[in-house]
Amino acid sequence: MDTNNSCGAERVDSHPMREFGDAATSAANPGTTTIHIEGPSESPTHQPGLPRGSGGEEDDELLGNDDSDKTELLAGQKKSSPFWTFEYYQTFFDVDTYQVFDRIKGSLLPIPGKNFVRLYIRSNPDLYGPFWICATLVFAIAISGNLSNFLIHLGEKTYHYVPEFRKVSIAATIIYAYAWLVPLALWGFLMWRNSKVMNIVSYSFLEIVCVYGYSLFIYIPTAVLWIIPQKAVRWILVMIALGISGSVLAMTFWPAVREDNRRIALATIGTIVLLHTLLSVGCLAYFFDAPEMDHLPTTTVAPNQTVATAK
Amino acid sequence: MAKAAESSGDPGTTSPRPLFAGLSDISISQDIPVEGEITIPMRSHIREFDSSTLNESVQNTIMRDLKAVGKKFMHVLYPRKSNTLLRDWDLWGPLILCVTLALMLQRSSIDSEKDGGPQFAEVFVIVWFGAVTITLNSKLLGGNISFFQSLCVLGYCILPLTVAMLVCRLVLLAEPGPINFMVRLFVVIVMFAWSIVASTAFLADSQPPNRKALAIYPVFLFYFVISWMILTFTPQ
Repeated sequence: MDTNNSCGAERVDSHPMREFGDAATSAANPGTTTIHIEGPSESPTHQPGLPRGSGGEEDDELLGNDDSDKTELLAGQKKSSPFWTFEYYQTFFDVDTYQVFDRIKGSLLPIPGKNFVRLYIRSNPDLYGPFWICATLVFAIAISGNLSNFLIHLGEKTYHYVPEFRKVSIAATIIYAYAWLVPLALWGFLMWRNSKVMNIVSYSFLEIVCVYGYSLFIYIPTAVLWIIPQKAVRWILVMIALGISGSVLAMTFWPAVREDNRRIALATIGTIVLLHTLLSVGCLAYFFDAPEMDHLPTTTVAPNQTVATAK
Repeated sequence: MAKAAESSGDPGTTSPRPLFAGLSDISISQDIPVEGEITIPMRSHIREFDSSTLNESVQNTIMRDLKAVGKKFMHVLYPRKSNTLLRDWDLWGPLILCVTLALMLQRSSIDSEKDGGPQFAEVFVIVWFGAVTITLNSKLLGGNISFFQSLCVLGYCILPLTVAMLVCRLVLLAEPGPINFMVRLFVVIVMFAWSIVASTAFLADSQPPNRKALAIYPVFLFYFVISWMILTFTPQ
């Protein structure tokens, strides 16, 4: 003890500042204990917790600031396998049954102010939903179109039923091209705008594919109901389906473009809704024959008779 | 070390020392070599089996494979939770069923220009690529079934639908009408339900419990499309 005191006293006289701040001295003396006081390691999300009011909450949920740190961390942790292994692709199918049902429910009930990606996807985009919803939609459109044409032409004598199997491949090409190429173009466009204007919200490619895939779910019951051969009913169904899925898409992508130039933001949202409209109207026009007002056998036979007598 | 253990305990009370308490005190001063032989006892059996099938007659070989296929057909027709279909998988049965179905479903050459039913290649591609897609889907969701086992089960469970196709072909020889259609509809619905029940009985156990519905739905879609193709078949 005496030797330690004398040593310490000597050190204090010669170098007054070094003893307190030098870690090497504490390492050199094995008997001493050092206490390290670290700064607060809480995430920055806790700090704005107090001033967050009701409007701020909505903004944060829309912008995703509350879990942006977590999403980056999780995204970095998840995709760690190289892309040529099977496990890499298994990370895209890491969903349970109730999660898929929740996401479908979220696409059917767009609540204003709630962002589909932040609320339901939460940095776990899956490929199961988009792929199988598109597959179901392809067969729903092809089969419903076939059934509807059969029911419309049922009374006609010259009509022979054909299964129209070629339309399945056409429907598959249209639906899968829409569900994958439009998100690719939109993602490229958003990345390009992000380099010019600092946007708070940015979506990964898989999240955009996910939103588009789940937003197509409303068209499956719509396609089945399009069998009803009434023009008014079909157009009302188009309006309803377009309203629901268009609003899901618009509310998802509005936070990503609203920092931008006003005109570009509105043009982006307008293009998204326009492409969606083109898809639904195009499918209705191509796969479903127009229902005629009256298809009694006499009206189809009469013109042939008049043409025969005229000749 | 032993003295320290005794001094820590109370001399008056006899507390029993726990088992293996003194093991940590043991130190091995030199290395003890380990030697021996590891043999696989099964090797000799497999060699015997291989050489014996080489000398048998062709009829024996064919009959053995046909009996295996027939036994699996019986398992599909009376689905019980057994592992036979999964353990010894083979793809002969699915190939026979798929070729039969595609031959019966293909459209005739008369209406090949107009929109008609599927061609032979289209049916073949739908069945095989559909089965491969469902297998990949169940493996990606975390199922622990092997690739070919799943293909085998899905292929064999097309058997009820092939039977439905034969029945529909026979019914279509009679005069067309709504009764004709009702009979065909009923047969196809029953066989579709049978296929779903059979494949679910074999495949459901290999999926993780919270994703069973996600893995079974594509099977439902697959058999539904095949049933649709069978129901809408119209001969020229």
